[in-house]
Amino acid sequence: MTLPGFPDAMPVAGFLGGLMIGLAAAIMLLGFGRIAGVSGMLARATAIATAGAPRALAIAFVVGLPLGAMLVTLVYGGVETRFGAGILQLIGAGLLVGLGTRLGSGCTSGHGVCGLSRLSPRSIVATFTFMASGFATVGVMRLGGWL
Amino acid sequence: MRQVALALASGLLFGAGLAVSGMADPARVRAFLDLFGAWDPTLAFVMAGAMVPMAIAWLIQQRMTKPVACNAFDLPGTRLIDGKLLAGAALFGIGWGIGGLCPGPALADLLIAPFEAGIFVVAMLAGMTIHRITT
Repeated sequence: MTLPGFPDAMPVAGFLGGLMIGLAAAIMLLGFGRIAGVSGMLARATAIATAGAPRALAIAFVVGLPLGAMLVTLVYGGVETRFGAGILQLIGAGLLVGLGTRLGSGCTSGHGVCGLSRLSPRSIVATFTFMASGFATVGVMRLGGWL
Repeated sequence: MRQVALALASGLLFGAGLAVSGMADPARVRAFLDLFGAWDPTLAFVMAGAMVPMAIAWLIQQRMTKPVACNAFDLPGTRLIDGKLLAGAALFGIGWGIGGLCPGPALADLLIAPFEAGIFVVAMLAGMTIHRITT
């Protein structure tokens, strides 16, 4: 199904995938009493963070992410991953995402999915900030002719 | 063991959801942020979908005394909105825009697109380590 005016959008697949992501986060919350924040789980799994979820849990969760995506790739016979960024761009972006998510205590999953649904004021502010910053960054790239 | 299996199941479902929703595709994520280009609203539908189970889960959580698979809830209690939160989120947003990748999709892409996702993830871990050693 497509959205009128947005031929590339995937509203139904997006919503369904979103339900799966929300369910995964709900398992973490009700099963382990924890926020399914990917940046936090990754920091914990790699022992960059010294506090947080038990390491075995964090490692299992982090390992599940590529396996889950791989399963869908096998079932669908391929999933699109258009990077379109050069190596230097990927390195710069990765550094900023790693530093920023630790400094700001969360990313799209922890602040976005978990925090917004909890109506946490802190997460609402964080999500609004990284969204605005993302819009501004891509806007500059677009208007500057880099995209 | 049961705990590890449940955490793995959560990660699997999360990763599968990212792939199904198109969020494993950095170009699609960046297109959501690209208001002056061919804007793609898919990410908004993903967020809306994710809100449904989580809103219900928070309601259930309020009536539970402890989680199903362990002894106590360990949830962020701070309500502090400070410079660190704002600066961190702003830096994260810049990186997100440049690469079209946030931590979840970057990890989810590790087996599908190991080269690009691998470079990003190594840089992301370096960024996390920089934060660790400077604070």
